[in-house]
Amino acid sequence: MLSNLNGEMIKLLAAGIGETLYMTLVSTFVAYIIGLPVGILLYITDEDGIKENKVVNKVLGTAVNLLRSIPFILFLVAIMPVTRFIVGTTIGSTATIVPLVGSAAPYIARMVESSLKEVDYGVIEAARSMGANAKQIIFKVLLVEAKPSLIVGAAITITTILGYTAMAGMVGGGGLGAIAINYGYYRYQTDIAWVTIALLIIVVQIFQEIGSRIAKHSDKRA
Amino acid sequence: MIVEVTALIELKNLSKTFNQGTENEVVALKNINITINDGDIFGIIGLSGAGKSTLVRCINYLEVPTGGSVVFDGIDLGAISEKELLATRRHMSMIFQNFNLLSQQTAIKNVCFPMEISGVPKAEAKKRATELLTLVGLGDKLDFYPAQLSGGQKQRVAIARALTTNPRVLLCDEVTSALDPNTTRSILELLQTINKTMGVTIIMITHEMKVIEQICNKVAVLDHSEIVEMGNVKDIFLAPKSKIARELILPKSEGVDSIGDGGIYLRLVFDGTTAFEPVISNLALECRAAVNILAANTKNIEGKAYGQMVLQLPTDQSVVERIENYLDKKGIVYKEEDSYVE
Repeated sequence: MLSNLNGEMIKLLAAGIGETLYMTLVSTFVAYIIGLPVGILLYITDEDGIKENKVVNKVLGTAVNLLRSIPFILFLVAIMPVTRFIVGTTIGSTATIVPLVGSAAPYIARMVESSLKEVDYGVIEAARSMGANAKQIIFKVLLVEAKPSLIVGAAITITTILGYTAMAGMVGGGGLGAIAINYGYYRYQTDIAWVTIALLIIVVQIFQEIGSRIAKHSDKRA
Repeated sequence: MIVEVTALIELKNLSKTFNQGTENEVVALKNINITINDGDIFGIIGLSGAGKSTLVRCINYLEVPTGGSVVFDGIDLGAISEKELLATRRHMSMIFQNFNLLSQQTAIKNVCFPMEISGVPKAEAKKRATELLTLVGLGDKLDFYPAQLSGGQKQRVAIARALTTNPRVLLCDEVTSALDPNTTRSILELLQTINKTMGVTIIMITHEMKVIEQICNKVAVLDHSEIVEMGNVKDIFLAPKSKIARELILPKSEGVDSIGDGGIYLRLVFDGTTAFEPVISNLALECRAAVNILAANTKNIEGKAYGQMVLQLPTDQSVVERIENYLDKKGIVYKEEDSYVE
């Protein structure tokens, strides 16, 4: 049991956790910078939205669906030239952020859109009746009312991206996933594979728990 | 003294058709002509699906009419820019059946909201919001979230919110429909006070005659997208002409059987000109006639009788004459009905 878990390996795992967190959090952050506005646009340009626009909605919707239908592991490989152009390499944690963002942003856009759809239309109508413009409705009504749901969405997104980082380990990405593959799979150190899985589970649990608690605390509906 | 009556809102040949030109075309409003004067409490009554909600949303252009015009305080809402329209909406507040408060904000933040979007400084907004919440009786609930308030309290917050911009008119869309009878009464009283003390014109959309009866001075009856009857509440209440108005106004007979078939049906209307006295027992004693009360909806307001009653009289013509003479003598308005079918 755990015969391969020596001091050297523990150091490696600790670094792996650091890299995984780095990839996950930076990718989530950057992906939100893209996904949040796209999600808002998808919502407001939809039929009967506050800025209904069929063309914009169709173009964005199609682009999002297209990106979302490519499996991450294929997307990772396909996007390598772009990654090399932006980061200069396709290997390592920083390089992994590019495909992670590309894959997570459309996912986030749909999550945001669905959170906004949960907002009671009556509240939007009330704001319109008071003479609120589109910008005021977005920032003072939609995002405020959807906040708890957006936080839950963010927690789900983070854990999903965390899963993707492990896949990136297959093609030279860093983090716990790379350790699991390099040691657990290629070198038959099954115990190391199990340790990384356990660590990933713990990290996912922590993010999910933090997300749920913040969401629950911020929701004033109950 | 001459009381000058000025039109505040004029709806001219207003029409609204949804999905116009497609196979899903739905006509919601047809040639609506209404003039609402400054200071009115104007009721618009109709059954669900009659077009009431669309009508009230056309008044502030939340729904853009497909024909005709809305003139508010001399301004044709269809002829102004989007920006001017948003500014004009601040003079016409709206309250809703489901309150539509921001669920993630406290009562005071909700009331501050319209001032926030119109750029009122924060401190000033907070002061005014506190005053208005106190006015509606929620001075001790400033930091409560909507989920912590009852339906009536939520509607009070919505009313306070609607008053922040000193509106000329309050558009009320079924505002008491989600409330119990006691709360309904207190909300209507509050609206009446606001109308009297602040001079805010009120437009009440409702499907309940009792709402119209309690606070409105004018009423328009909407049926199948058209106005079928309009006028002073008192006049329409006394003599509803349209089928739909009769259905809405005449008291319902629930679980009452008539004395066999036939007979003459008499509808009595108490309009506050007669004293609240035991009319029917006096009538029975004096005319020596047995009458059947099929339906009654009367109330005593400051010693005067208001409401309606439907009687079934014996078929004997001489008895009927005696009864009608008695009613004439008492000054009670009545109308013979051929049948009493709801």
